[in-house]
Amino acid sequence: MQDNTPRNDLILFACFSIAVLAMPLWTAPFGADYPDLLQKFAIYGIFAIGFNILFGLTGYLSFGHAAFLGVGSYTAVWAFKLLTMNVLPAVLFGVIFAGIFAAAIGFLSLRRTGIYFSILTLAFAQMSYNLAYSVLTPLTNGETGLQLRGTDPRLLDSLLGVATPDGLPSPNLFGFELLGYPSFYFCAVMLIIAFYLALRITRSPFGTMLRAIKSNQNRLSYTGVNTRPYAMAAFVISGMYAGLAGSLLAVTDPLAGAERMQWTASGEVVLMTILGGAGTMLGPILGAGIIKYFENIFSAFNDATLHSIFGFLPHWLSDPLVAVLGLFVGDGWQLTLGALFMVIVIFLPGGLMEGATRLIQLTRRKRPDGGSSEDAAGSRRAFHAGE
Amino acid sequence: MSILQVQNVNKSFSGLRALNNVNLTVEEGHVHAIIGPNGAGKSTLLNCFVGRLTPDTGTVTFNGTSLVGKSPHEINQVGVARVFQTPEIFGDLTLLENVMIPTLAKRDGAFALNAWARVDGERAVIEKAEHLLEDVGLADKRDVLANSLSRGDKRRLELAMCLVQDPKLLLLDEPTAGMSRADTNATIDLLKRIGERGITKIVIEHDMHVVFSLAHKISVLAQGTVIAEGKPDDIKGDPRVQEAYLGGAHL
Repeated sequence: MQDNTPRNDLILFACFSIAVLAMPLWTAPFGADYPDLLQKFAIYGIFAIGFNILFGLTGYLSFGHAAFLGVGSYTAVWAFKLLTMNVLPAVLFGVIFAGIFAAAIGFLSLRRTGIYFSILTLAFAQMSYNLAYSVLTPLTNGETGLQLRGTDPRLLDSLLGVATPDGLPSPNLFGFELLGYPSFYFCAVMLIIAFYLALRITRSPFGTMLRAIKSNQNRLSYTGVNTRPYAMAAFVISGMYAGLAGSLLAVTDPLAGAERMQWTASGEVVLMTILGGAGTMLGPILGAGIIKYFENIFSAFNDATLHSIFGFLPHWLSDPLVAVLGLFVGDGWQLTLGALFMVIVIFLPGGLMEGATRLIQLTRRKRPDGGSSEDAAGSRRAFHAGE
Repeated sequence: MSILQVQNVNKSFSGLRALNNVNLTVEEGHVHAIIGPNGAGKSTLLNCFVGRLTPDTGTVTFNGTSLVGKSPHEINQVGVARVFQTPEIFGDLTLLENVMIPTLAKRDGAFALNAWARVDGERAVIEKAEHLLEDVGLADKRDVLANSLSRGDKRRLELAMCLVQDPKLLLLDEPTAGMSRADTNATIDLLKRIGERGITKIVIEHDMHVVFSLAHKISVLAQGTVIAEGKPDDIKGDPRVQEAYLGGAHL
């Protein structure tokens, strides 16, 4: 616990904020410094932080979190259509509606634990996805997806006399258009706020109770704690995080489709969290970044790119190498991700953050003065406590 | 004055009568031992006290409130704490956290949404937890993960987790099972020291050495029925008890 002093948390938060705001700079060497991708890093980072509050702290594995992402997106687009192109109401309503939706699904799903809970959330999410496609077409515009139209009422905008441009308007923050980098910075600020709130929750007595649920729910109830409302609160909070992420997706691109709610999207956030390290503060964000990077950059590689990378090798060597590696890039990027995921789960069950912790231990052990076993126990504990 | 009254409790599991009209009165401040052969219904009875099981018929009254139909957390909140046969602790949390959680539960009730306060800023809670860890002799391990403890230490930790709540009634399910003689004696000493706080205790135990060195009163359970009740000396000499439980052998 001494590792997580308020001072250390402040340093962590400050470093995190700087790293997020400086993202366009340090992602440039990786070829990821364009707003479209940076936004995705921030948005899916928020999604994963929220998911981690449920899965990382309480151990409840939800396979239906994409449903809340979808609800956030639909709500935000409706806010754009009905109220105003200002993003704040869209984000606010997205979070609130996702929270209400999560409360309803959580109320039913949290009657069970373990695999039964996971299956229930999966079933509800698939149900929402299919409803969005079929019965709820008036709300979701079915297969086409919900889009802005020139004929949308935008009551608040017309009341305040905001001029409507020719064609479709873009989302704005009090008149300041959010396109490109401004849009990324809006998402980045949201990510920083989301991270700070998650940090506070993790370090609070409430967060301790959530970790106790994961550790031994039975003991916790014999200790006088009603575990249901705690799990419920964690579920709703993580649903609201998903709603925030969903509404930000709509802010960066004002349309919402049902495929956002599909089970593959729910599975993706599970992968992100486990890849980075469930229960840690930074792991889920790291996992989200890596998966989105693979999805966008690796998938864009083709044989020509590989040939230019291995151009320095003789042909008899580079040709078979490119043929083999070619399977892992372009359309095959998921193969790389799958292999990476297997390696992580087998060798680093605590995710990339466990790898980082072990590296730190190794460097410490090399120093003659700092290599006691107590140090190792300390780092291990720090890892468990979330950093 | 009695603190727990059990009247005509029956419990069957698909035809098998586990408890048959059990009547029991536990006096405040006493150590009340429940002994009996395997399958006599001791653990079933204990489970009826803490809300894990609901009796089919009969009443369990603690300090004037009925415990029947209440959930485990509600029963803990009225002042009943339980130590399990296999220690139930928060294995991947530190010892300090293990003891802080019951302290917080006692202070904040069954649910509190205090997500803004810092848990390491709860000075009073931390001090109380540290004090209890010292009491059971685990103070030097406060930052160790509970999973790494030996079985005896886990049991002492669980005891600290119960005691930190200042319960009115403490239920101990075979507190020395699987312990060496030395550990058993250390546990008896510890339980005697706790006795000085005036906490009423119900102990289920196989080890007669433990029972006779702790208990004020003993109830003997056989085939779901209380067949004898009394002071340790009376029980020792009771021929029915020797027949049912000790197999006729003399102590």
